[in-house]
Amino acid sequence: MLSELRTIWEVLKHTFTKAETVQYPEEMPYLSPRYRGRIVLTRDPDGEERCVACNLCAAVCPVDCIALQKDTREDGTWYPEFFRINFSRCIMCGMCEEACPTYAIQLTPDFEMCEYDRQNMVYEKENLLINGVGKYPDYNFYRVSGMQTATKDKGQAKNEAAPIDPKSLLP
Amino acid sequence: MPTIYIDDQALEVAQGENILEACLNAGMDLPYFCWHPAMGSIGSCRQCALVQYQNEEDTKGRIVMGCMTPVTEGARFSLSADNAGEFREAVVESLMLNHPHDCPVCGEGGECHLQDMTVMVGHRDRRYTGKKNTHRNQYLGPLIHHEMNRCITCYRCERYYRDYAGGKDLAAQASHDHVYFGRHEEGVLQSEFSGNLVEVCPTGVFTDKPFLKHYSRKWDLQSAPSICSGCAVGCNIAPGERYGRLKRVHNRYNHEVNGYFLCDRGRFGSGYINSDARLDYAGIKKPDGSFMAVHQQQAIDTAVGWIKNKKVAGIGSPRASLEANYLLRELVGAANFVPGFSDREAAILSTIVRTLKTTTAANPSIKQMEAADAILILGEDVTNTAPRVALGLRQSVRNKAFELAAQMGLPQWQDAAVRNLAQDQRSPMIIVSAMDTRLDDVASQCISLPADDIAAFGYGVAKALSGEKMDDEAVNQVADILFAANSPLVISGTSMLHEGIINSAVAVAEQLHTSGKSSMLSLCVAESNSLGLALLVDDGQSDRAASIPKLAKRASKLDAVIILENTLERRGASGEIQQLFDADSKVISMDILENTTLGNSDLVLPAASYAESQGTLVSSEGRAQRYFPVYQPSAERLPSWQWLLKLAAGCECSELAELEYFDQVVAACANSQPALAQLVDVAPLRDYRNQGLKIPRQTHRYSGRTAMNAGVSVHEPQQPKDTQSPLAFSMEGLNRDEPASLIPYVWSPGWNSNQSLQKFQAEVDGPLKGGTSGAHLISSDGLGAVQPQVSVTANLKPHQWHLVPVHRVHGSDEMSINTDEVAELAGRPFIAIGEKLAEKLGVVEGDGLLVTQHKAEFSLEVKILSRVAKNCVGFSAGYSETLELQPGDLVTLVKDESWVYPTPTMIATDRGAAHV
Ligand code: SF4
Ligand code: SF4
Ligand code: SF4
Ligand code: SF4
Ligand code: FES
Repeated sequence: MLSELRTIWEVLKHTFTKAETVQYPEEMPYLSPRYRGRIVLTRDPDGEERCVACNLCAAVCPVDCIALQKDTREDGTWYPEFFRINFSRCIMCGMCEEACPTYAIQLTPDFEMCEYDRQNMVYEKENLLINGVGKYPDYNFYRVSGMQTATKDKGQAKNEAAPIDPKSLLP
Repeated sequence: MPTIYIDDQALEVAQGENILEACLNAGMDLPYFCWHPAMGSIGSCRQCALVQYQNEEDTKGRIVMGCMTPVTEGARFSLSADNAGEFREAVVESLMLNHPHDCPVCGEGGECHLQDMTVMVGHRDRRYTGKKNTHRNQYLGPLIHHEMNRCITCYRCERYYRDYAGGKDLAAQASHDHVYFGRHEEGVLQSEFSGNLVEVCPTGVFTDKPFLKHYSRKWDLQSAPSICSGCAVGCNIAPGERYGRLKRVHNRYNHEVNGYFLCDRGRFGSGYINSDARLDYAGIKKPDGSFMAVHQQQAIDTAVGWIKNKKVAGIGSPRASLEANYLLRELVGAANFVPGFSDREAAILSTIVRTLKTTTAANPSIKQMEAADAILILGEDVTNTAPRVALGLRQSVRNKAFELAAQMGLPQWQDAAVRNLAQDQRSPMIIVSAMDTRLDDVASQCISLPADDIAAFGYGVAKALSGEKMDDEAVNQVADILFAANSPLVISGTSMLHEGIINSAVAVAEQLHTSGKSSMLSLCVAESNSLGLALLVDDGQSDRAASIPKLAKRASKLDAVIILENTLERRGASGEIQQLFDADSKVISMDILENTTLGNSDLVLPAASYAESQGTLVSSEGRAQRYFPVYQPSAERLPSWQWLLKLAAGCECSELAELEYFDQVVAACANSQPALAQLVDVAPLRDYRNQGLKIPRQTHRYSGRTAMNAGVSVHEPQQPKDTQSPLAFSMEGLNRDEPASLIPYVWSPGWNSNQSLQKFQAEVDGPLKGGTSGAHLISSDGLGAVQPQVSVTANLKPHQWHLVPVHRVHGSDEMSINTDEVAELAGRPFIAIGEKLAEKLGVVEGDGLLVTQHKAEFSLEVKILSRVAKNCVGFSAGYSETLELQPGDLVTLVKDESWVYPTPTMIATDRGAAHV
């Protein structure tokens, strides 16, 4: 009896509080930037594709919904020849973003991904790649990596000394 | 068996091993870098540290290197002691000071021993804030990618390349933290075994360049146990596939055959499987000579119409499986089956089979050859005809060193000490050949003789062994050396296509036996299943004289000819072969790649490659081994054995029509003759289960399953079912403790690199827990093989030379040459002459020579050799341009004045920016 009264009281009390629900879709809820929604592939600050096709996101994905193939640019750097996410399988867990060593793959606060045809939930690289850096404005993997690129010689990466001349007799 | 204590746990260990081996044998995880089971210890990386205590009371102990400390009775160690752990972590931390931030773009990532060891010792954060050393990379050819920044200076590469494989062009340079591993200058690595650097280097300095182009992580590869089809050695391989593409070939350990190493043909020569020249659909020739693609069933119906109740002959193939050859032979009848060798090859192979069935000498595995203490090689450039054997022979000559070490009480694994002790002292190896061979540098004696004289030399040695004193002192000496040995080894082979040489080798081996020695005789044959096919037809029934030219002559009396995976232009003179195609009979061919034989056929059937089918190959050791499909054949390809079964079913060929499973074909083949009876023991049957489970081809972390095919359809198909073998095309199952012939890849928790192999070995460097794969088909009755002495000396006119075939790892093999990287390394066809002759003809290396044989004329590039027998010139054997040249032919030579110097071909290389 007492508990029932209490329940009625609680319900009544809520009649006077502000509603949490919004009139979606006329009114959009606020989603923080770290919300885990639709996945994008970002570019580094120089505008190059960030993804180096390391396959770590694919390996960590619990539902195995990422598939890609590595290819090589003229200068020897790696990039994905194709990059596919099957969003009809994705559980938006964010593990791929956590695994990514280049900040290429990022989840965004967009969750509006309904489709009548499941096939349309399969995103290829051209659907995933955006023209921006996403949440991480500064990072460029190839500036840190020891790999030589078209614009960076050996020894020019972050924290690197000039290349050694093995034929030199100097200590 | 001494007892040692590790963390107070008593361990019975084998006398003579070191603590690192003892720990690994006991299943403990002691990190290491520089130690390698095949190459011993040098104690350079300091990673395998543990604490040794004086006695039970000693609590402090001292740090020792596991790989440098021999086991001694009652010795006490601790692996888990804090100071040992800290020491090991500090070692990794210091190795990491200069390590680049490369893992995501490193071809070793995911199967990197350095990654594994770093995790194992618990190192995580970089504390050092100074700058990292950097190095420039080198272009090392189309096979090996170099990224020197990743080096941890363990010296494994140098020790493997120079000390183990006898390479000269890779070494450690500079000193202290400037040490550099590479060539003196950029250029193609010269060793035939350079590919093993990929697996020997514990980091990503040396990686597989062709694999890197279409790279996938190890965890994403689908693999199956397979057998190399590059030559007749029968090395065990683990090819890996992804997205329908054969990505790479890795070594698969076989204790008795290839151990840890492959040759570069085996590792890099399978690219043809991804080639555009692959056949996808069956085709029927239209009157205008072009082919019309047809469906499988239509092709079968057409073929059946041509062969049912008709006069049909079949041509087998030494590069097709035993089962496919058997089915074709049953389908057309033994009398109408031609094995598909060239005439000379057929004769020599039947001699070899007869020899192996009767000889008193053992037909050794590579492991056994490594124990030989005196070697006589007659007429064979083993490095180019049976490459992996040559790598083994380089170890045999070290038996002298081990003998010296034993006298000093030095264990074999004390690598640097043993090498220092022996210096240049080696066990004797005598090479009698027409030209230089790639083993000359470790031979105690190289004798250059023309083919007939090699045979005469061999017979001479046999006579000298029987006690006769020969006129030629060299012969007597060789006989003495062999007689003084405990386990002498005689090697010869079919590469010179000279029966006399082989017979003389047999004579030596037999005589050694008569003199009370346990001799070994190894006869190299040419192709992956040459010996299997020779065994199949050696049943005393079929027409021994059956040959392709003879068949071609009577082709007009036949209704149809079925050709199994055979390029006939490699088997006889083109004129003779053409008769076959010119006759009215229908020609049905099945093969993997487009070739002239297919082009001349009326119906072509697309066959699956070794990576997409299963079958048995018989190596020159007589070891039958099974390869399993790595992935399913795409398009309308079918394994040849399935095409043949379908044809048999269409023809209502009673016995064959009932066969459905590969196992049944194997059983039928094994039943067909006593020599093949062991075939059923080669690998477990398709219903074998490992603890109730199949063996997975995919790793447990195989990624992208729900996205790989989503581009085509989002509705995931079921995993393909494998009803033909105990393996599964999925990640489900158990890859542990299965029979050795079924191990698709090695992996163990914490051990992602190929070093996880030790978890599959029964003991360090020993056989696998699941035994050793393969079954020996040929058992000798031991009555002794007496072969007739054939030896003639041809009369040469002045200015005539005998042709001697020069085989090349890259170039002489029919299939691997269709791989871009191999084609680049093979270069152009050549004529090889000695320095003197070159001077006389006025040519230098790279010039052209006109080679005239009968009426045909060839213009070939000159190569200069250092050691050439009198009256001999070499030609590039197996190159499609020089197929018409035959060993022993007489030719005349003049300088080709109109020779156009070809511009260097760059087919697969990425010399330039991309290699850095
Ligand atoms: S969010 Fe999770 S499920 Fe989706 S792609 Fe990334 S790892 Fe896979
Ligand atoms: S983890 Fe990042 S860099 Fe690696 S493949 Fe995925 S998106 Fe690309
Ligand atoms: S290149 Fe590789 S094998 Fe050679 S020393 Fe460096 S890490 Fe060791
Ligand atoms: S030796 Fe022969 S079987 Fe072995 S890897 Fe080389 S080609 Fe293959
Ligand atoms: S493995 Fe023992 S010191 Fe390198």
